[in-house]
Parts: sequence; C-alpha cells; structure tokens
Amino acid sequence: MATDEKPPRTARTRLAVAGARSSTESVFGARGRGDRLGNRFFLAFLLLGMAMAITGLAAMIIWAIIEGSPRLSMDLITNGPSTLAPETAGYRPAILGSIYVIGGVIALIVPLGVGAAVYLEEFADKTRWWNRLIELNIQNLAGVPSIVFGILGLAFIVRSPLSLGAVPAAGAVTIALLVLPTVIIAAREAIRAVPPSIREGSLALGATQWQTIYRQVLPAAMSGILTGVILAVARAIGEAAPLLLVGAVTFVTSDPSFFGPGFTTLPTQIFDWARRPQEEFQVLAAAGVLIMLALVLVMNSFAVWLRNRFEQKW
Amino acid sequence: MTTAGITVSGGGAGNSPRRSLEAPSPRYGEKTVKVILAACAGLSVLVTTGIVLSLLSGAADFFREVPIHEFLFGTTWAPAFADAHFGVIPIVTGTLNIVFWALVVSIPLGLLSAIYLSEYAPNRVRKTIKPMLEVLEGIPTVAIGLFALMFLRPFLEDVFPFLDWTGPHAIGVAGVAVGLLIVPLVASISDDAMRSVPRGLREGAYALGASKLRVSARVVFPAAISGIVAAIVLAVSRAIGETMVVLMAAGARPQITFDPTKSAQTMTAFIGQTATGEISFGTIAYYTIFAVGALLFVMTLVMNLFAVRLVRRFREVYE
Repeated sequence: MATDEKPPRTARTRLAVAGARSSTESVFGARGRGDRLGNRFFLAFLLLGMAMAITGLAAMIIWAIIEGSPRLSMDLITNGPSTLAPETAGYRPAILGSIYVIGGVIALIVPLGVGAAVYLEEFADKTRWWNRLIELNIQNLAGVPSIVFGILGLAFIVRSPLSLGAVPAAGAVTIALLVLPTVIIAAREAIRAVPPSIREGSLALGATQWQTIYRQVLPAAMSGILTGVILAVARAIGEAAPLLLVGAVTFVTSDPSFFGPGFTTLPTQIFDWARRPQEEFQVLAAAGVLIMLALVLVMNSFAVWLRNRFEQKW
Repeated sequence: MTTAGITVSGGGAGNSPRRSLEAPSPRYGEKTVKVILAACAGLSVLVTTGIVLSLLSGAADFFREVPIHEFLFGTTWAPAFADAHFGVIPIVTGTLNIVFWALVVSIPLGLLSAIYLSEYAPNRVRKTIKPMLEVLEGIPTVAIGLFALMFLRPFLEDVFPFLDWTGPHAIGVAGVAVGLLIVPLVASISDDAMRSVPRGLREGAYALGASKLRVSARVVFPAAISGIVAAIVLAVSRAIGETMVVLMAAGARPQITFDPTKSAQTMTAFIGQTATGEISFGTIAYYTIFAVGALLFVMTLVMNLFAVRLVRRFREVYE
C-alpha cells in the first residue's frame, strides 16, 4: 500500500511547516552579533557567580588564618581553658574530648555502616516492603537536622534507657547516629560499583555468599567505603549542635575520661569562647577554628583525592 | 531432525534424577551473618522511631500544660519569663528570615556555578573545582558562625552603611552566612542533575542551530528542573535545621521582624540556647525543647520527602 509519492503540498501542510519553522527559529535561531554578545555576557555572568561562591568560602578560610595565626602556639594544645589568662589559654580538654568522641564514633560507624550497606546491597530483597522502608528511612534520616539528633541524645542516651549521663560516650553515640546515614549511603555506592561478574566468579568457584562478600566485594569496595568514613569523621569533628544538648558545653579545665561526666569538644569550646564579648576570647576562638579547619579540610581533601584516585573503571 | 533431537535431550534431562544444588550442611554461619547485617540496617528504623518517640513524649508533656492553638498561633515567645508565653510564631518567622536570605545567596550563586560546571567548564577546570566545592561543603558550621559574627557583620555594615545596624547580632548576616554554607550543596546537586540530561537533547538543539546560551538555558535547564528543584528544597531544609551559625550570629531575641539588621531567634537557636543554659529536667522549659524540635522535625521531613521524590523522578527519566 505504501507509495513513493509525496503527499500533495496543500495549503495546510505549507502553513504547518512555516509555523514549525518559525517557532523553532524563535527558540533556537541565532540572531547574529547580538546573540554572540549575549553568549559572552552569559559566560561572564556564570563565571562571576562561581567566583563569588568560591571567594565567599575562601574568604572564611583566609580570615581564620589572619585572625587566628598570631595565637598559634603549643599553648593552644597543651593548656587548658582559663577565663583569667586568655593569652595563654588553650584547648587541651576540648581536644581530648573531641578525640574520645571521634574514637567512639569511628568504633560505631564502621561496623554498623558497612554492615547495613552490605545487607541492603547484597542480601535485601527490594520487593519486600521492610527493605524499601529501611531505604527510605535512611534517606530521610540523612536530612534530619543535627539538633534533632541532639534531642534524641538528650532524651534517650543521656537519660533512660541508656542513661549514660553527659559524658563523651553519650556524645559519641549521638554523633555516630547522626553521621551513620552518610556512611551507609557512601558504602552502598561503593559496593554497588563492584561488578556482578566478580561475585559470580567467586560463587562459581564454590565460595559461600559471605565468603564472596568478605574476600571479594569488600576489598574491591574498600577505597569507596574509606572515603565515606573519612567524610563522616570530618563532619563529626565539626559538629557542635547535638553536643550542646548532650551537655558538652560545660567549662572543663581538667582532662575528661570516656565515661566521666563533664566534657567539652573543640567546636563547643570554640562556641563557648565566641559567646564572650572580650576581644582576647574572640581571637582564641579564631585560633581554635584554625586548628579545626586544618583537620577537617585535610581529611576532606584526602577523602576526595582517595575517591578520585581509586575510582576504578571495571 | 534438529527439533526431534532437542525434544529427546530435553525430555531426558527432565526424567533423570536431579542433582541437588543445596549445600550439604545448613550453613548456620551464613544465616547468622545475614541476621547481624539485617540488624545493622534495621538500626536506622530504630533511630527514627527513637527520634519520633522522644519528640512525641516530650511534646505531649508540653501540650498538657500549653494548649496547642496557643503554641501554633501565639505571637509572643517568652518561655523562661515569670509571665510565660508560648507562641511559636516569632521563632518560626526567625527561621523563615534565615531561609529567605540563605536562598537569596545560594540559589543564584549555586545555580550559576552549576550551569558553568556542567555546560561550559573545560574538563580540567571541572576536575579542579568540583572536588574543591566538595571539600568546602565540609567546613564546620561553628567556623562559619564565627566568621559571620566577627567578619561578615562589620563587612556588610561597611557595604550597606545606610541600614540601621544595631548590636552585634543580625538575622540577615546569619542568613547570608547560611547561604554561603549551602552554595556547594545546591551547586553539586544541580550540576549532577544537569549532567544527567542526555547528550542527544543538547546535540539536537545544536543541530537546529542553537547557540550555547540557548542550549543551556532553554534545553538543559528545563530538562533538569526536577533535580534543580530538589537541590533547592534540600537547601531550604538545611537552612531550617542550621543551628550553630544562627545561634552565634543571629542572637537570642525572639521577635517578629523582617529587618535583616535586627537580632532575632530561630527555632534551632532557641533549642541550642535553652540547652546551654541550666535546664532542669521536668520543667516546662525542658519540654519546650521537644515541642519546638517536633515542629522542626515535621518541617524538614516534609521537605526531604518531597526532595527524595523529585530526585527519584529525574533519575527514572534519564537513566
């Protein structure tokens, strides 16, 4: 039935073609020099926007260096806080508190985060409602404000049922729960990137599923998982809001212990100094920011480098 | 001939005794491992339940003493005074102020950066700037708060001397600082969304003679719109929940104001402020934390669910 004849060009088709052409031209048509100039302006505009974004954040770092560097000395690390001698006061208990909290966080998030990611990627049947619930739930938890985790910490970890009291351990549990979704999401992506052929090869040689995961999948996904963990730890170092609620703002002059009451951390101590109106304390706060920034930025850069370096194309 | 052969062999396989592929032993170890891993994943549900339970039980104690309509529609927030008022409107408007100024800063800067990175930047530039943004995304909020308080506030006063600056705290300054904080978030999510627009769409437009500006603005941007909206929704949710910057730079005066130079308290700042003071368990001030926290949780939850849906949609279409 098909014919090679063109349909006759009636007035209607001609009209339709003209209409389509003019609308295409009105959307896409180049308009000579004006358009080229517009293109230049647009590019300049884009560059300006990005330059402003990066300058804003870079200004923050440069400001911290200018403001805080005169105060940089070993005193800052070895001395405790003091309201009488702000010139020699330091962050010793705060740094120790941070180390305890971060140690606890790492001990919790590595097994829990990797375990959850392995379950969701390797075992979970996506058609079951509970597995979908877990997935949606993790996505939502990642967006819950940090201070709400502080409320959870205050209600259930500091008080009953865990009843730890306002100790570094309580801070560690609270922050670990806060950063756990980030670790799970990163670890899942890393595990998903391992090609199925590796699993199939291992299973075909007679390995059980757990042997396959433990000996093949996890080592292959290691750099991605490590990236996620480092990013989470960097975030945990700078997180202050939930710690305010689990009682980390007390003025502590002696070294803390993991289950001992009365602790502070680097960010909460900085907050405490920043609240005081005197100039010396503000400088002290800026010096603290400098220490914290150095830690966090180095860790973040390392994590991003690690990911880009070992991003394997299978 | 061939058909017959297949039928015969097929029938033969069906009749022969089947070798079991089951493991010879029940492999309890494997099952234990699976249960342990499932428990790790299930913990997240427990955490959410814990959050909801702690907020609800605390809020229930609060609403036993304060009627819910007074909380939601009252315009005076003074929970610590002898003549206590529990109208949440002032601290909600404080939060909205922050969201507004944060978006004023982060939407243009974030989207311009994203369009540049996804459409214009040469590969080498992109490979330097994208990781840089990711690193900057991790700047601790306390650091930004101190920066806002000590640098941004005097700086903005120099730039806008005609505004009525009073006191060290200003809600607009805090908002701008929060905006700077979330620029990397907006930029990187929108960049991902725009890069997931298939090449075919771009090439089609170029083939029709479109300039780069038109391809970016009229083809790629609209095609990526759901991802871009998701980025903005997440930015709003982040701005609502931001605590330290607001606590340090916006002050602690709960008042209804739309003047960016005035001090005003937000919901998160109230919680932080109350927690750092001496709160004794069981007082009404203790329970206000939970009531305000519940409201905060609901607000961000709605935003996040919305964003998750949007992101899923743009993934379904283009991948």
